[in-house]
Formats: sequence, C-alpha cells, structure tokens
Amino acid sequence: MEPTALERARAALDSAKAPDARRAAQAFVALTGRDAAIQLEACVNCGYCAEACHFHLVTGDPRYTPVYKLRPMLQAYRRERAPFAWLKRLLGMAPPEPTAQALADWSELLYDSCNLCGRCTLACPMGIDIAGLVRQAREGMAAAGFAPADLYAAAGRALEAGSPMGVRWPALKRQIELQARETGLEIPVDVEGADYLVVLSSMEIIGYPEVIGALARIFRQAGLSWTIPSEGFEATNVGVQIGSREVAATLLSRIVDAAERLKVKYVISPECGHAYSALRWEGPNLLGRPYSFKVVLITELLDQLVREGRLRARGKDARRLTFHDPCQIVRRGGVSQAPRRLMDEVSGNFVEMPASGATNFCCGGGGGVSAIHRAEKLRFAAFERKKRQLDATGAEALVTCCANCRNVLEEAMEQYGMTQPVLGLTELVAQYLEPEEHRP
Amino acid sequence: MISVDLLEFARGPALWASLAVLILGSLWRVAALWRLGAAPDLSEPRSTRVIAGAMRCIFGRMVLRHEFGRRGMLGAVNGYLYHIGLAVLVFGYLPHISFIKRLTGLAWPALPETVVYVAVGLTFLGLFVALIERLTDPVRRLLSGFDDYFSWFVVILPCITGMIAINASHPVRPAPALPLDPLPLAIHLLSVELLFVWLPFGKLAHAFLVFASRGVTGAALERKGAAL
Repeated sequence: MEPTALERARAALDSAKAPDARRAAQAFVALTGRDAAIQLEACVNCGYCAEACHFHLVTGDPRYTPVYKLRPMLQAYRRERAPFAWLKRLLGMAPPEPTAQALADWSELLYDSCNLCGRCTLACPMGIDIAGLVRQAREGMAAAGFAPADLYAAAGRALEAGSPMGVRWPALKRQIELQARETGLEIPVDVEGADYLVVLSSMEIIGYPEVIGALARIFRQAGLSWTIPSEGFEATNVGVQIGSREVAATLLSRIVDAAERLKVKYVISPECGHAYSALRWEGPNLLGRPYSFKVVLITELLDQLVREGRLRARGKDARRLTFHDPCQIVRRGGVSQAPRRLMDEVSGNFVEMPASGATNFCCGGGGGVSAIHRAEKLRFAAFERKKRQLDATGAEALVTCCANCRNVLEEAMEQYGMTQPVLGLTELVAQYLEPEEHRP
Repeated sequence: MISVDLLEFARGPALWASLAVLILGSLWRVAALWRLGAAPDLSEPRSTRVIAGAMRCIFGRMVLRHEFGRRGMLGAVNGYLYHIGLAVLVFGYLPHISFIKRLTGLAWPALPETVVYVAVGLTFLGLFVALIERLTDPVRRLLSGFDDYFSWFVVILPCITGMIAINASHPVRPAPALPLDPLPLAIHLLSVELLFVWLPFGKLAHAFLVFASRGVTGAALERKGAAL
C-alpha cells in the first residue's frame, strides 16, 4: 500500500536519526535544476554578498559570506551534474564529495546564520538568488539528517500536534472564546461558504491572541464573511524552514483541505512572513497543483479595504512610530507599499528607518533561526544591525506585520535594554477603526 | 625562421582550434545547463511582466546599490575599471579591429591610441588590485580557488604579451602579413588562444552566464512583485 503523505513526512524526519552524506549529495544534485545551476555557475567569487549579510557584518567572520554557505551544494553539483563534470572527474579535477563532518559543520552556516532574508540576493552583481539557493540546499541537509535538532523537533510537533509550538485546537478555541467575550463579537468557526478563511500562526495564538479580536472587528466593519477552521488553522510551515518537501506539503495540505472543505474564495495569510511565503508562493508547487482559491496577506486585504472605504480610521497614534519590514513579505514577497499606506492611515508621526523597504535588515530570527536554540547568541548579535536602523529613527514604538518578527524583536530589544513596544499592524488598524455608531 | 613558423601556427591551426573550443565549449555549457529543465511555477503570479523583470535585472545590476556598504566599494569600482578597460583595448585598438575583420568581416572605427594606452594602464592597475584584494581580503581569499587565480592569469597574460608585441612591432599600421619580429606577436596570439580555450570551462564564462543568471532571477522576482 502507498504510504500516506503524513507517513512520508514522518519518514523524512527519521533521517535525523542516521545522517548520511551520500544522501545529502544526491539530494543537492537532484535539486539543482536549470535556474539553480545557471546561478551556481555564474558566481565569480567577488564576495560582495558578504556586505549584505548581517551575520557577516556583525562578526566579520568570512564563513558567514552568503555564497560560501552554498559550498557543499556547489561541490556536489560540480562533481556530479555540472557541464564537463565527467571530464573533470576523468582528469581528477572534480571536487571531492562533501563529507559527513563537513555537512555537520555547514549546518550552522545554512541554518543558524541564515534567515533566508534575501538581502544577499539583492546585492549580488551576478543576480544570483543566494537566499533561494540556501533554501534549496537546506532540502539536501534536511533529507540527510544534517538539519538542527530543534527544527526536526518542531517539524515533528507540527506533524503530530498541528503546530510547531504544540498548539492544538482546544487552545485556539479557548483564545477564540476569550476574544469573542472581549470584543462582544461572534468569531465564526468552520462556517461553510464563508468568503475568507483565516489561518493563524502559533505565535499569534499564544503570544498575541488580541489579533483574533482585531480581525473580528475588522471583518465586522468591512461586512465580510469569514471563518477560522478547527482543523488546518496553523499557517506557519516549519517544513519550508527546515527544507523538507514532505513535511511542508503535508502541513500545507491541511490548510488547502480546510479551504476546500469550507468552500472559501480566499485564504488570508496572517502576519507571518514565512507563512505567507509558504502559502502564497511555495504551496502550489509543493502540492503540484494550483489552488482553487486565492491567497491574500492580511496586510494587503486591510489596505484594499481602507482604499475601498470599507474600513475607516478615526484618530491617529500620535507617537513617533517606525515600521520593520518583514523580509518574506516586503523584500521577497512584493508587499511593500500596503503596510506603508496603512501606517499613514493610523499614525500621525510615521518615520522610515534608513535603508527601509527592500534593503531593510532582518530581525535576525527569520528562516527558522528563532527556533534554533543554539543560534540564540548569534541571533542577538545580528540584531545589532537592526538596532542601528531603529536608533536612527528615534521611534517611540515599532510596528511590524509578522508575529515571528515581533517576538524576535521583543526578545532582542530586551537583551539590548531597549524599552520601545513592538506593535502588530493589524491590531493597530483595528484600534483606530471608526466606532460602529459613527458609520453611516 | 622558427618564430615565423610559430606565428603561422598561432594565426592558423592554433587560432581555429581555440576558436572551435571557445564556441563549441560555450555552446555545450549553455546547452548542458538548459537541458536540466525547470519545473513550471504553479503559484498565481503577481506580475506577468517577467521578461521586463529579467531585463531590468540584467541592466539594473550593472549599477550596485549604495545601501550595501562602502567596504566593497573598492572592489566594485575596480570591477568597472578593468571590465571597461578590457573592452576598450579589445574592441578599440586598431590591430584588434583588423584581426576581428579578418575573421568575421566586421569592422568599426578605432579609438585614438592614447585612449587605448590609458585603458591598458587602467586595466593593468585594476587587475593587480583585484589580485591583491583576492589575496588579502579574508572573504575573497576564503572563496577563491584555482579557477579564480588561473582565470586572472589567462586574462592578464594577453595584456602583458600584447604590450611586448606593441613595443616589438609597429602600432601605426593595421596588422600586416608579417611584423618586423614575428615572435612577440606569435606569443601574444597564443596567449589569447589560451584565454579562448579556458573561457568556456572556468569562471570567465560569466561573460555570458551573467545574463542568464540575472535574467532568471529577475523573472522570478518580478513574478512575485519583489524587489529587483
């Protein structure tokens, strides 16, 4: 009998028990399609990408040069798949196969010191999507047992409990009930035929449950039908972060199943950069078919509703506010103006950071790094670059549209003795909505 | 007469063989990459103007973003210096234009010799700065291997042999049938042929791969509406 997707995903995680360098090399080679190969071949080793990477900038360690992180993948590709590889092997000029020790060493470079933030991609004079290649290299590492143990554990929890943080439906149900009581609004669950399906990140459910109430107020004012699924509510995808297609596809299929079961028109990606990337861009490719619904980032929807006049703000936050661009939403996801228009809508004193937007610095925790315990010290060190950006604004509060960024920023700012609050954009918009009685 | 024979060899069989390796090797490399294939992207595009995105990335990346720090600026400026210098001396120097005309029938007006000599000087300077950076900068030293150093060598070698050939020859006339001393020109031609032979196999292939690399990335990023 054919193994189910869940069984295949569990089997993929079992690789952690027996790391195998040959399997990693095979995966690296198999993953290198035309576009990846062209990019690997085009590198001239100029090292310019190092100037873009916060891990290199704060430590000065040349090993953190983004393209250097691809060495094992490049080595395997050059040995087995590159044009003239056979000739180079024949002449004894082919590079050796990556060893288990080298791959174990590279685990730190491909995971702990890379947020997949894509700043290096933007800097590369040869136009190499280094972040995209690191994402691919992680697939080889994860398949062969060289990913960090913390990510394997998080992936296991996501498969078994439905969430990388172990959040199950009863916990979300409790938060929904609390928010319904708090707002006095009904929060619909499993409503078939609703237009919008809202999925959430565990970080929001545990750390920032007020976002559920904020969404209830927003959908109420906009007059849109929406629902939260009791199954498939987790939006984040640790499978994408660790680099396991099997895990990623299994987690993603839960959302797709929920959307199709409830016959919704739109799935709302929550404030979470990697959830958005997984759901919006990687999902159909992981599942091998287009969706029957559209994926919309909550920030894009809010911007659209404000512009259509379906949401109206009253009053503005008078504090000096600045905005942190989540990398997967802004630089890599193409949503850069919507959050700024929303900020202008709710803030009377919005200031941009230097190098904001496409060239912003990552919070330091993206790409699964915040889930890797051993990477914590390096993550806090990397935050120094973000801190410089923040300090330059003199902002009294920081706003962002990613719950993971928000949590990572709060932790790092505490480390650095910074006292500014970090706010979620959706909640901020909900806070300044025109009260019901003022609406025509 | 050995030097005359060597020049005949360099202008004849060696030239044609090296050109064959250059063209066939480059075509093979491109074809081998192309045949790896790419899976179709099934996600709904934000933009369908992927060719425009590819073009914007191809041309836009010729100018480096200022946000990425000044530490790499010397390398970046130096990169412009020796690339432009090489282009000037390859395509602007009268004997080179005559050489290309003999091969292809194509010709264009030459640049004044003073301009070419300034370009040669800047190219030498740029190439040596590039080597020093590669040897002394921790990042570049870590990244560099045989391909980087050998490619540097096969680029600077024709510049050196070319300078020697100019001194030994007659720069005011377009390449005659036989120069006064055929040996320096023969060595210059052979060094150029070494470059031709090496180009498809090493990093010098970035001369054509750069367009493909920037193009695929530009198309993919434009599809998402992401920053180029």
